Amino acid sequence: MEMHKYMILLYFFVFPCALSHAAGDAALEQRVQRVAAELRCLVCQNQSLADSHAELAVDLKNKVREQLERGASEKDVLQFMTERYGDFVLYRPPLKTTTLLLWFGPGLLLLAGLAALFLRLRRRSAVAAEPVLTAAERARAATLLDSSSDPNSLNHHGEPKAR
Amino acid sequence: MVPELGQFALILALILAVAQGTLPLIGAARGVAPWMGLARPAAQGQFVFVAIAFGCLTYSFVNNDFSVLYVASNSNTTLPLQYRIAAVWGGHEGSLLLWVLMLTLWTMAVSVFSDRLPDDIVSRVLGVLGLISVGFLCFMLFTSNPFDRLLPAAMDGRDLNPLLQDPGMVFHPPMLYMGYVGFSVAFAFAIAALLSGRLDATWARWSRPWTTLAWMFLTLGIALGSWWAYYELGWGGWWFWDPVENASFMPWLMGTALIHSLAVTEKRGAFKSWTVLLAIFAFALSLLGTFLVRSGVITSVHAFATDPKRGIFILAFLVIVIGGSLILFAWRAHRVGLGGRFDRVSRESFLLLNNVMLVVATGSVLLGTLYPLFLDALGLGKISVGPPYFDTVFVALMAPALFLMGVGPLARWKQASLPELATRLKWAFAVAVVGALLLPLTMGKWTPLATFGFLLALWIVASSVTTLWSRLKQTPAAGLGAKLRTQSRSYYGMLLAHVGVAVFVVGVTMVKSYEAEKDVRLAVGEAVELGGYAFRLDALNEVTGPNYRAMRGTLTVTRDGAAVRTMYPEKRIYNVQKNAMTEAAIDTGFTRDLYVSLGEPVGNNAWLVRVQVKPFVDWIWGGCVLMALGGLLSVLDRRYRVAVRARAEAVAAAGTAAAG
Amino acid sequence: MKRWLWPLVIFLVLAVFLGVGLTLNPREVPSPLIGKPAPPFQLPQLHDPEKTFSQKDMAGKVWLLNVWASWCGPCREEHPIWVDLAKTNVVPIYGLNYKDKRSDSMAWLQRYGDPYVLSASDLKGSIGIDYGVYGVPETYVIDKQGIIRFKQIGPVTPAVLKEKILPLIAKLNGNA
Repeated sequence: MEMHKYMILLYFFVFPCALSHAAGDAALEQRVQRVAAELRCLVCQNQSLADSHAELAVDLKNKVREQLERGASEKDVLQFMTERYGDFVLYRPPLKTTTLLLWFGPGLLLLAGLAALFLRLRRRSAVAAEPVLTAAERARAATLLDSSSDPNSLNHHGEPKAR
Repeated sequence: MVPELGQFALILALILAVAQGTLPLIGAARGVAPWMGLARPAAQGQFVFVAIAFGCLTYSFVNNDFSVLYVASNSNTTLPLQYRIAAVWGGHEGSLLLWVLMLTLWTMAVSVFSDRLPDDIVSRVLGVLGLISVGFLCFMLFTSNPFDRLLPAAMDGRDLNPLLQDPGMVFHPPMLYMGYVGFSVAFAFAIAALLSGRLDATWARWSRPWTTLAWMFLTLGIALGSWWAYYELGWGGWWFWDPVENASFMPWLMGTALIHSLAVTEKRGAFKSWTVLLAIFAFALSLLGTFLVRSGVITSVHAFATDPKRGIFILAFLVIVIGGSLILFAWRAHRVGLGGRFDRVSRESFLLLNNVMLVVATGSVLLGTLYPLFLDALGLGKISVGPPYFDTVFVALMAPALFLMGVGPLARWKQASLPELATRLKWAFAVAVVGALLLPLTMGKWTPLATFGFLLALWIVASSVTTLWSRLKQTPAAGLGAKLRTQSRSYYGMLLAHVGVAVFVVGVTMVKSYEAEKDVRLAVGEAVELGGYAFRLDALNEVTGPNYRAMRGTLTVTRDGAAVRTMYPEKRIYNVQKNAMTEAAIDTGFTRDLYVSLGEPVGNNAWLVRVQVKPFVDWIWGGCVLMALGGLLSVLDRRYRVAVRARAEAVAAAGTAAAG
Repeated sequence: MKRWLWPLVIFLVLAVFLGVGLTLNPREVPSPLIGKPAPPFQLPQLHDPEKTFSQKDMAGKVWLLNVWASWCGPCREEHPIWVDLAKTNVVPIYGLNYKDKRSDSMAWLQRYGDPYVLSASDLKGSIGIDYGVYGVPETYVIDKQGIIRFKQIGPVTPAVLKEKILPLIAKLNGNA
């Protein structure tokens, strides 16, 4: 932990700064930015390359720019980074067997939720359920909640009464 | 001496918490009134002692007592007073003390505002809160004592992390913790209801204002945190899907589901066991957040210095509290009746559908946050799950939920009809579609994302107006003013919160679609043009602050030759920790922010400068504030105050009687 | 009652994972280069920039490649370990001087000792990127076939040297 902090510091300071070839071609810059937003900065770990000003991040961003200029596709660049730093560097995990659950989990959850909801509602409308509040319950609620000033308050709030 | 006093106060608080967490619960089970009677005084006493401990720690910070390890690690003689106070919660131990302070504050509030509740329920609620407090006080005293001494004392402290030396630090954590901890009250009510076997509309009524209040604080806390990150981290992002941000966002999502579900339970007596489960989950996610931040299982920019012992403690606590609750749930919940009957198409169903969407969204955020941990634990490699994943998944899940937000409030309880809803909403839909197609054109560039965002936002607003309109038509009162006045505050609260969501969506849509940024090398005298604004670097000066040195840039911003603003971004180096901090300069506006930050020096009086134009970015936080205000309005609803007023009258009457 | 137990079951599974998570270090990023050929390079030597050094020159030998720089604090922390190891002649240690100024690095070696057979100058850090360097110092063990067998990120400790690096070298040299 301590060590990492130290390295980040060093990257910030001691180092003669790497020049980012800023400006130039706007369309290219946009592509660089787009690729950089997909990559995780390894020094600062919770920033993307696009956001980071760390020394290594600037170097890597230059590498991205250099490769895109040479005509590499965005996919090639991501591939280049993965070969060197592993899947860890990708903020959008690649789809493989180990990430199936990650990518399809939300959809499965949604389907399961909707199915459960549907079954529940169907069962529910089949069963004659208890009344909203029994008279006794209503009386108890009224005493508990008070409303000496307003005996109807239970039915009398906010929403229109059920019809 | 003072630190020992604080430590002693904590021990006394723990003893009271043990009393509060045991006797009233047993008393409630066996009907022993004096034991139940202990709950209130114990809760109030506990608050007093924790407040004393908190005061002692603050005193040590204000007086630079570096013989206290925690003070020495998080403060410095050159630290300005307001940050010495905020530094009390700047590290793990002190923020835990803040957490416990908030917990006892909520507990005390429950003990004071619960006169109308039956004694056994009050005893159970306070008892459960007492048990939670026992856990946290033990955690603090045994693994993370803020009063531990450092002997011999340090000459000077190691200073507060420069990131935290900011007004945001003063407000963000207390707000956030008020929200986090507030869900413990909803949790305690749910457990009390399970224990008593009386899960009914009354329980929902009692628990609802507390839950809404906690949700309101959490909303504000998260918004403040996001805003703080925006201006303090210096690169103009406002949400990073960082594990710790997710840790606060998951209870919020679950809490949002909970307040909707409570509405149904209160009004219609339905979804009872579901509501209880949501209350348990909301609090479980709060605790999970604590675990993620303090145990070091996940990398985050926010994480505290970690210690595996702490992780084990919180995990054990989590398992006992949540595992225990879920066992209780399994044991008791199946005996709960179904509640009021309703049709497949009804407001109940829409709210249930909304619940499903919110819970699935929570589940997905949880999955994404913990997935790297799952893979690592199974030895299947290391991956990162970042913003590209969350943006994709979350937007896909939330879009239908936002659509439903327009339909739900208009649907009738018990039984609604889809064709009728469609008829009533067709104008709202038409307005939303036309607006969504036209609005992006005014920005000069049409994108599908912008259209989609505007469609959702306009739909929410238009359908809210439709709802209000049809509601007013049904109100018997004469005259528009009278009709408006008859509607309850909770109704307006709901509308306001929904409009807040729309405002938020507009902010996000505009920023994501139309923000512009440039990283450029600027020497003094050079200028860069972005989004119609010209930023000229006029000067670079070294400046000295109370505890830092900085390079300050002076940039003049002009638009069509007219001066807009002079901006002063800084790159600071704090004297003690030697951290470099980017202090961005921001020109805040209703329709756009200008954002300038200094990157690195690139020789010859030139710096790498990042300039950004962020349209409507402040609407993001504005929307959150509206949501929170909506919550506040609901809590202030008359039906919750009746009891309070009646009590006040009773007290006054008793006073008069006693005097007479 | 069974279906009411589901939340509990899911929660407990989650808790087990969280427990296992406590034993792991989320910051350590394993290198995808392990088991792959060391990326090729041809760099000027630090002491004699006229001459070059390439990973090919080491074919048939087990060797260590240590990425270091004079500006790197933790490098100084691990440096005595290399100085001591160099004296034992167990394994040749080569340096990759990463993003440094030549004069600074020469002075640094002068001051703290030079355990390297030679150091190659990677002034721009581009070879560093090929090797996936992200936290200097880093150390690679490369076998006779030029395959990377082990990578240490951050300073090597005596324990890592004794328990991992030395046994691995012995094994690669066929002495185990």
